[in-house]
Amino acid sequence: MKRLVALFEAIDTTTSTKNKVTHLAEYFRAAPPADAIWTLYYFLGRKQKRLVKRKMIQEAVQELSGLPDWLFEESYSAVGDLAETIALLTETIGPKALSDVPLHIWVQDRLPSLSKLPDEAQKDRLKQWWRELSTEEVFILTKLLTGGFRSGVSERLVIRGLVEAFQWDEAVLSEKLIGDWPITDEWFLTLGSAQREGLSLYPYPFFLASPTDDDPGLLGDISEFAVEWKWDGIRSQIVKREGQVAIWSRGEELISQSFPELIAMAGTLPDGTVLDGEILAYEGDTARAFANLQKRLQRKKVSDKMVKDNPVVFFGFDCLQWAGLDLRDQTLKQRRETLDKAVREFAHPTLRASHLIHCQTWADLFELRKESRSRQVEGLMLKRWNSVYQMGRKKGDWWKWKIDPMTLDAVMLYAQAGHGKRANLYTDYTFGLWKDQTLVPFAKAYSGLSNEEINKLDAWIRKHTLERFGPVRSVMPLKVFEIAFEGIALSPRHKAGIAVRFPRILRERLDKKPEDADSLASAMELLNAPTVQS
Amino acid sequence: MSTVQPRVPLISVTPRGLYCARGDFYIDPWEGVDVALITHAHSDHAREGSRLYHITQPSLSIIKRRLGADGVYNTHIYGEPFTLGDVLVSFHPAGHILGSAQIRLECEGEVWVVSGDYKRDYDPTCMPFEVVPCDVFITESTFGLPVFVWKSIAEEAEAIYRWWQKNKDLGRNSILACYALGKSQRVLHALQEFTNQPVLLHGATQALVDLYREQGVPLIATEAAADYGKGTKGQLILAPPAAITSVWARKFGPFESGFASGWMRIRGNRRRKAYDQGFVISDHADWPALIQTVRETGAKKIYVTHGYTDELSRFLNEQGHSAEPLETLFAREEDA
Repeated sequence: MKRLVALFEAIDTTTSTKNKVTHLAEYFRAAPPADAIWTLYYFLGRKQKRLVKRKMIQEAVQELSGLPDWLFEESYSAVGDLAETIALLTETIGPKALSDVPLHIWVQDRLPSLSKLPDEAQKDRLKQWWRELSTEEVFILTKLLTGGFRSGVSERLVIRGLVEAFQWDEAVLSEKLIGDWPITDEWFLTLGSAQREGLSLYPYPFFLASPTDDDPGLLGDISEFAVEWKWDGIRSQIVKREGQVAIWSRGEELISQSFPELIAMAGTLPDGTVLDGEILAYEGDTARAFANLQKRLQRKKVSDKMVKDNPVVFFGFDCLQWAGLDLRDQTLKQRRETLDKAVREFAHPTLRASHLIHCQTWADLFELRKESRSRQVEGLMLKRWNSVYQMGRKKGDWWKWKIDPMTLDAVMLYAQAGHGKRANLYTDYTFGLWKDQTLVPFAKAYSGLSNEEINKLDAWIRKHTLERFGPVRSVMPLKVFEIAFEGIALSPRHKAGIAVRFPRILRERLDKKPEDADSLASAMELLNAPTVQS
Repeated sequence: MSTVQPRVPLISVTPRGLYCARGDFYIDPWEGVDVALITHAHSDHAREGSRLYHITQPSLSIIKRRLGADGVYNTHIYGEPFTLGDVLVSFHPAGHILGSAQIRLECEGEVWVVSGDYKRDYDPTCMPFEVVPCDVFITESTFGLPVFVWKSIAEEAEAIYRWWQKNKDLGRNSILACYALGKSQRVLHALQEFTNQPVLLHGATQALVDLYREQGVPLIATEAAADYGKGTKGQLILAPPAAITSVWARKFGPFESGFASGWMRIRGNRRRKAYDQGFVISDHADWPALIQTVRETGAKKIYVTHGYTDELSRFLNEQGHSAEPLETLFAREEDA
């Protein structure tokens, strides 16, 4: 446990990516595999369900420290984090006899055993543990108990840490860490070996497009590119292997159950098939708003009526595996031929190939792009015909050329009450982007939400206030919004170093967690992007 | 037959600060007055513009530097009473910084003590806090929540030393933000236990370090950061918080930044302020010390000022004391 605490502190106290990777590598080399696998699990953002009630933990620490409810609440509001508040308050019990129980014992035996006890016994057990734990350990264990652990490093950095520690192959590793895997020391030790056994329904790591930060004319001749509309749907891979089908979102979440008609469609595909594409709300020949898709995602079980009322189509744009053959090292041109053939042969109303746009010149494409909004698309995708399917966001071959406005997903940090009709209602918001592990305020926005949304948000803000500074409240950084703006420029006067023009809220991204919000670096990438009036 | 008159409070809050009518003087006034009693030399307590200052003897050189050498200063040694109007006044050590004092006022058998800023933790750079029994105690409450509990200065000084050496191994400088008066000297004293490598100082810190040395406070060897240029590596540099983000710091890059403050107890503060490392060192009383002190003074009435006033008073009341917040203009101290 102490080793994990040291890792957490080391990562928390450096802003350098390189140092973070080094700390991770040192940890993975030194930790026993039985512990390392759990650290990997939590650092990759995997979560177990909450094991005990928060309230119970709070009561235990109040009993121990003799603090009344209101003082606990005041402390919590000053600290802003429940687990940290609890950890700090355990210090009031005086000197502790510290012990070091391994992480895997904690998470496999001790913590689960707690949930089986009656409330009073749970409290006693916690109090007993706290006497053996440092403040930092209490902090992390409370996070684990409440399912709120967040490592502060991206999945990519964790993988780089493993690569640096053991010289494992990054590609193999990334693929193995997709989906569910056994949390055992044996499995940790096999992470470096090539094949993942008995796990046949996992997708390939997604290849992601980069935003064009320049005139696409500079990328080369237009004939070198496959050009497609950038649809506002759910990027996903459909996997058919050994008679079974799985649909994975870009976030590597299994979304099969939301789309029974696509499961049925994919059942007719040959074994050993992986298609990459976009799921779109689509009716007849018209794309519908993203909200229709969200309705599907929000349901645990999708009814026949839901399927009928919110029809979807899978627009395939790539074929990664066909009849058991991994095609990722072929050129896009070759893969596209396979895809087109498949779509023709397995004619099915919910399976289509994405439209390819043919333009002779960039200037023509530039004109066509102006239709994006009326076509309900976000702009254009430009993919090199001779490119292979890579992993993650690699610059060079896949570009997204979005129309204005530029958008970023940002986390709400502060709220301020409005004036006049909006007095006493929190209507002015400040949003932040990630810079290392901190959120840096980058834009203020107060338009874009409906009155009903504002009312709901106002209630939420009041319940999730961290601190008050006069009329301004800082809120728990939990909500992600898509912020649109017309232009972006360097600005030394602003904390983020950039200023945006006419920022406004497009929508709340209920599908995104705070850690999925954009970083200041992605804002910086937009700095040189062409501004196109659409 | 004697009638019991409700007593007029010895101290009242006025727009210019805490005022004692019976002695016609102010304590730490926030604008110029005729007679000012100063608890300590921090700029939110010692302000310019008063005709006459009553201060402690050890704070003279610091206050002169801050308020000007041509002011009129009456100095007093700790514990020695003097009379102002109907009031018997004396200064008593507060353990906050060099020369800091609590102020004891006695009038018609009633004793009031104004704590100023104080701490109970070990600090050999100044006289330790003295418990002064009183009827009415005016206490600060900068860190008046139970989450504020300090570690020992030795533990935090060792953490600073280790951080410095780690950065040194990596070819980096370590710039530690800490209040130029009090905090810096406390750190420089505590570091002696771990090393004799010299520490570099920002000009503002240097001046105050010299004043401590003149009064015989032993501190680790120091050098002026100004004498070091670009290419300096592996040094620990002490500077006031504002200097870290200024142009001044740039020539010492690459560096890691740290902040020594009670507020660093909370991770969120560390993150918001964007320091690489936080060290929990405060010259204020932590929660247990506040409670302990209130109890030890035996005061029947406690006024709480300067910080978490509502929270501390409410808790004290629930514990059976009679406490209430005293509204003053002191702002929350960000650098504490």
